[in-house]
Amino acid sequence: MSPRPEPAITFSDLTLGYDRHPAVHHIIGKVAKGELLAIVGPNGAGKSTLLKGIVGELKPLGGSLKIDSFRKSDVAYLPQQIEIDRSFPISVFDCVAMGLWREIGAWRGLDSTRKTHVVQALATVGLQDLGVRPVGALSGGQFQRVLFARLLLQDAAIILLDEPFRAVDTKTVADLIALILRWHEEGRTVLAALHDIDQVRAHFPVTLILAREVVTWGETRKVLTPANLAKSRQLVEAFDEHAEICARDGEARERQPA
Amino acid sequence: MIDAITQPFIEFSFMRRALVGCLALSLGAPPIGVFLMLRRMSLMGDAMSHAILPGAAIGYLLAGLSLFAMSLGGFAAGLAVALAAGLIARSTVLREDASLAAFYLVSLALGVLIVSVRGSNIDLLHVLFGTVLALDDQALLLVASISTLSLLVLAVIYRPLVLECFDPQFLRSTSDFSSPTHFTFLVLVVLNLVSGFQALGTLMAVGIMLLPAVTARFWADDVSGLILVAILVAFAASLTGLLLSYYANVPTGPAIILLAGVFYLVSVLVGAKGGLVWGLLPRKHLEA
Repeated sequence: MSPRPEPAITFSDLTLGYDRHPAVHHIIGKVAKGELLAIVGPNGAGKSTLLKGIVGELKPLGGSLKIDSFRKSDVAYLPQQIEIDRSFPISVFDCVAMGLWREIGAWRGLDSTRKTHVVQALATVGLQDLGVRPVGALSGGQFQRVLFARLLLQDAAIILLDEPFRAVDTKTVADLIALILRWHEEGRTVLAALHDIDQVRAHFPVTLILAREVVTWGETRKVLTPANLAKSRQLVEAFDEHAEICARDGEARERQPA
Repeated sequence: MIDAITQPFIEFSFMRRALVGCLALSLGAPPIGVFLMLRRMSLMGDAMSHAILPGAAIGYLLAGLSLFAMSLGGFAAGLAVALAAGLIARSTVLREDASLAAFYLVSLALGVLIVSVRGSNIDLLHVLFGTVLALDDQALLLVASISTLSLLVLAVIYRPLVLECFDPQFLRSTSDFSSPTHFTFLVLVVLNLVSGFQALGTLMAVGIMLLPAVTARFWADDVSGLILVAILVAFAASLTGLLLSYYANVPTGPAIILLAGVFYLVSVLVGAKGGLVWGLLPRKHLEA
């Protein structure tokens, strides 16, 4: 067996949430470099929250997480609820070219080599002819392809995808999964929050089942059992307005060696 | 015809000064307006122009009708309101428009209070409606410097600013430019309003910033095109407004803004990009 690769992301008793109410709590574990990890769980399990925490949109309520990267741009993030203004007057080409931010930043120009890269990225997602169109003219699925093209150019070591296949037809899903597998082959760490269990079984070697806490985490064929999925559904119970302070805070500290 | 256009400017130096001042203003403010519009903050310019009032009033009380004191006061007040509103929007549940509304109302109340306690109403009108036909060297220099500065800064923050408008989350997650860009932009908004309020008055300053920008939306479909068209519309409104004011003997600030409004209405009707008239013509759709 090969030596275990270094972790790309380390969770140390991480709790994330909103307004003191945890959405997911006490996550302990490591995501290895180059891992292709599916995060599954019912609605409200905290999948998006976890990704937001990793990308830095949410500050931890407790615990901590460590990302093996030097720069913000090492992490690429495709959120579930995009804040993109689709009526903005910008072309598909320019939108995809934003993915080059890491290379060109705020001031460097887009030379011909980089323009070729943008065209290639568009071709990879099958939109080579739509570069000049405004983003507002695209369909939902086409726009999702545009966002994947942008992710391609971001060339990030860690890629976070939150429900990347919503509103996307089966042909597009197949194309996008091929892209994800390509990223995996290139040694990038990919985390995807998904709800299609068959997809996960077919393509993702490792799965984390989440239900406001870790239900199980491990090799997909071992952990993705009906029992675990049922357990995760039970665990996502109501949000309690008058919840007590979480008792596990003390325990976790005791468990950790000084 | 040409004579009728050029004669007032050849004959009177105050008309030449007014023209130069308005053209300088038209170079700086409309691009800012384009970004305000794209960020759906069109009404923010209006709110900010009210926020400037107490600062200008305090400047007036301390130093009389001094351009420098009033501009500095207006700038300080506008900046304080913009930054406070921006900070609160970024750290609480309140959205930017709501927090800005709260601050500018307080600021406006304070401004009206100060002016009415100490000044006469004629002075207030002066502050509100500007003195475009009495621009002195100092005022021209101020307007020109602010326009120059604002164009330069805009060039520097152009790419992050476009990203911040189009996909703020992307900018936040890939770089540390988001907040600095936003606040630099707010400073530019305030600076251009201060510069406009000298020439056109606080209320009209917003007009020259926003009317050309929303007009441009009917003629261009990318950001640089919008900026270019907005500047040209502002130029045209300034020139025709000054002439209207000269020949019809009406106040200059409102004349310029009214003409910008005419350009806007005409563009809504016949603009090449989505003007209303095109919807009425029976035109066959294209192959693809």
